[in-house]
Amino acid sequence: MINIQNIDFTYKKGKKKVYTDFSAHIEAGGIYGLLGRNGTGKSTLLYIICGLLHPQKGACTLDGIDTSARMAETLKDIFLVPEEFELPATSMRRYVEINKPFYPNFSEELLDYCLSAFDLDRTVQLGELSMGMKKKAFISFALATNTRVLLMDEPTNGLDIPSKSQFRKALASAASEERAIVISTHQVKDVEQLLDQFIIIESDGLLVQSSAADITEKFRFDMHDLSYADDNELYSRPSFSGKETISLNTSGEDTPINLDLLFTALIEKPELAKYLNNEK
Amino acid sequence: MNFKQNIPIYLQIADRIMDEILTGVYPVNGRIPSVREYSVALEVNVNTMVKVYDHLTSSGLIYIKRGLGYFVSESAPAQIRQMRKTQFFTDFLPQLAEKMQQLGITEEDLKKELTKYLNK
Repeated sequence: MINIQNIDFTYKKGKKKVYTDFSAHIEAGGIYGLLGRNGTGKSTLLYIICGLLHPQKGACTLDGIDTSARMAETLKDIFLVPEEFELPATSMRRYVEINKPFYPNFSEELLDYCLSAFDLDRTVQLGELSMGMKKKAFISFALATNTRVLLMDEPTNGLDIPSKSQFRKALASAASEERAIVISTHQVKDVEQLLDQFIIIESDGLLVQSSAADITEKFRFDMHDLSYADDNELYSRPSFSGKETISLNTSGEDTPINLDLLFTALIEKPELAKYLNNEK
Repeated sequence: MNFKQNIPIYLQIADRIMDEILTGVYPVNGRIPSVREYSVALEVNVNTMVKVYDHLTSSGLIYIKRGLGYFVSESAPAQIRQMRKTQFFTDFLPQLAEKMQQLGITEEDLKKELTKYLNK
């Protein structure tokens, strides 16, 4: 569906490149976690995908059409929720009337479901909302557009604890086989059980693109006593009662992915990425 | 839902549904929530729930009626009790024995303490 092919991107000529010969792909049906440290270009990548930023080399395409051309036929299929945004001083009802025509698959039902999941309704005045409320209103609209590609930049930032759970419920309802959802986040715990695909980037480009199924097949995640030692251990980090470990999965047993640990391990030992990236 | 380390999440959710079957939340031949409904309720990926339902179906605990959804098998409660009994003897009992040896607790000590709870 989305194909990012060998792109180079820099904000200013002569400045350090954010991306060099970067490639990745996004398929329908997946909920993608886009992970990376601050300043590695997560937001930049989302803007490139939706065509707001144009790579100097290579291209990002949706079904073969360059998204930077910003054609109506691609724009109706892509929606971006930026990390920060302003909403006009109008009611949700009016906002929907004005913006819905751009999204042919817009679902009124999904909008009402999401709004009610967030304890909101169509009468809310968008201009008068707090940061967190504004986010919930806009995310509801974004999920309801039913675009085939939905990009969300740090969607749980600014949400309080109950709202994060509401967000997960809304996201689980809005996900479908026809849709790809890409979520950039630092708060992996907020969404980790919903993600089934991962794109992990570092300052020099793509570190890992892998599915949750692939990761559990290759790695196992355990808690052990400090004295425990194992030849298959690849990485460990102290925990309250001992250590958290990543080791090669030789038994074929699944263990739940410890995403926080995996991310830390990949940043500290980028060579671990080779286990996840081979045989695609 | 808070998930435990080490046990695959799909098995933890399957266990939860088995509890719900045993406690009668879902009666025999009653419909259980759809994959999507359940994934929304637990806030997990749909694929995880698909795996849970596949696992329960292949264990014979639930069955599918095309177009209608998933239902609890006639034999499910007895089967679950049997599985849990086996688990008790293979997983729990050895751990208990190990702890008893560690702490020097005899069978007599245990019996005495146990009766307190069993005759409740």
